[in-house]
Amino acid sequence: MNGIDTLRLTAEEALGLLERRDVSGAELHRAYLDAVAERDPELHCYLRTVEEPAGDGVPIALKDVISTEGVETTAGSRILEGYVPVFDATVAARCKVAGLPLLGKTNTDEFAMGSSTENSAFGPSHNPWDPTRVPGGSGGGTAAAVSAGLAPWGLGSDTGGSIKQPSALCGNVGLRPTYGTVSRFGVIAFASSLDQVGPVARNVRDCALLYSIIAGRDPADSTTVEVPEVELPESDSLTGLRIGVPRELNEAEGIEPGVSEAVQRAIAVAAELGAEVGECELPRSVEYGLACYYLIAPAEASSNLARYDGVRYALRVEADSYDGMVERTRDVGFGDEPKRRIMLGAYALSAGYYEAYYGQAQKVRTVIVREHAAAFERFDVLVSPTSPTVAFALGEKAADPLAMYLSDLLTIPSCMAGLPGLNVPCGLSDGLPVGLQLIGPQLSENTLFRTGHALEQALGFDPVPERLR
Amino acid sequence: MAITREEVLHVAKLARLELSDDEVERLTGELSAILEAVSKVSELDLSGVPPTSHPLELVNGWGDDEPHESLPLEQVFANAPRREGDLFRVPPTT
Repeated sequence: MNGIDTLRLTAEEALGLLERRDVSGAELHRAYLDAVAERDPELHCYLRTVEEPAGDGVPIALKDVISTEGVETTAGSRILEGYVPVFDATVAARCKVAGLPLLGKTNTDEFAMGSSTENSAFGPSHNPWDPTRVPGGSGGGTAAAVSAGLAPWGLGSDTGGSIKQPSALCGNVGLRPTYGTVSRFGVIAFASSLDQVGPVARNVRDCALLYSIIAGRDPADSTTVEVPEVELPESDSLTGLRIGVPRELNEAEGIEPGVSEAVQRAIAVAAELGAEVGECELPRSVEYGLACYYLIAPAEASSNLARYDGVRYALRVEADSYDGMVERTRDVGFGDEPKRRIMLGAYALSAGYYEAYYGQAQKVRTVIVREHAAAFERFDVLVSPTSPTVAFALGEKAADPLAMYLSDLLTIPSCMAGLPGLNVPCGLSDGLPVGLQLIGPQLSENTLFRTGHALEQALGFDPVPERLR
Repeated sequence: MAITREEVLHVAKLARLELSDDEVERLTGELSAILEAVSKVSELDLSGVPPTSHPLELVNGWGDDEPHESLPLEQVFANAPRREGDLFRVPPTT
């Protein structure tokens, strides 16, 4: 493998090797594909790999909701099996312009709906720390690939926690950026007022570097905004930083004791690094956030997924009539979770229920926005566990949709408010990674990177899964 | 908040899903449980609170109205299940 240790090499180090011509882009790409050949049969992070690198830079894995010209893109769904985009998503195009060759497309819960990758129509991915456990979801393929040394970095997409939660369960760094900072053009839509693409990497600096490559206004996505210049974090001090600890996010029912302990230790370390730490409250955001999300996201999904009608692309199941063809195609093509959410969303939007469900949820969303804004009058960053639990066993929650939905209890409120969130690994519980969630006001990514980097240096977490060391 | 079998069938029609009998039965139970959980939003009195449909305070991201090339037809039809000339072929809409 050319002496390249893909488990340890950071993207920044890889960039150095390329600049000094110690390795070629093709050798680097090959080293990762060799690692994929060795470990992916067990982990199933990739739905497909790309053998010939296009670009001499640090290679990258893209979640399979991101359109890639000439490379099949399925969103983990049978209804898109065989679909080969004729154009790149803006984020894929930006990676190309930066010279980052595509390693492959990573596994995801179908249409990014899930918290474990078990809803993928092509089978689940496995957690590199313990393959009997889930890697989290929906972006479990990207997160597991980065932790298992099958990619130096990758992109995920996050609607209610699909970047942060898998990063927490796999022990790496994932950013859900501020809504509007990264283009959604060419990204297969789930819930458009929530979806955001973001970077996953082995450390905070790599995460910031990749964010700087993909972020920025895009004429093809009118919801994008101008983004402040990204600063790669350097300082190991947190002097002057005000950290808020929202009681409800840290004491919620269902948070495992080992998760709480690791997060408490990280908060104590932040104080030692000079941060001022204080308690705060988000009373209704946490109590009502999940219910609000599971009305708004399915409502938007039922609308977005209306486009899969068997007419213009991908799967068609023939029938004698147009209506029969559409209804049969959708029944055969969609798996259980998209059907559940389409049904839930269509119900919440239907005549007679719209105000009570969708309308009321939109007002709850305002409450969530306001509560976070109030907290940020006193604090720069809010902290909590990212996931209430460490990685759970495959099959443990698959039969109970509501139990699975609770996996995102702590990530959802800030997503509803369009706020950025960074997962940083902060320790182990029962030998499995625990993730610390850092939340900031809109466009505060540089503060999150600075905080995450300082903590990462002080905590000294080893991101390589113990069984692979 | 229980949802009836008839309501499930009605919503499936709205959502253009031809569900099997097994699916209708399972979804009736699952959706009832989920609706009961999400009905929690109705506990709050939010009269006077405006709705949020979008997390950014953006209004009208205008683009320049300039002519540009569209996708070539070969690309438009590249993934089409059935094509007839420059049209997508579908079954009759009777």
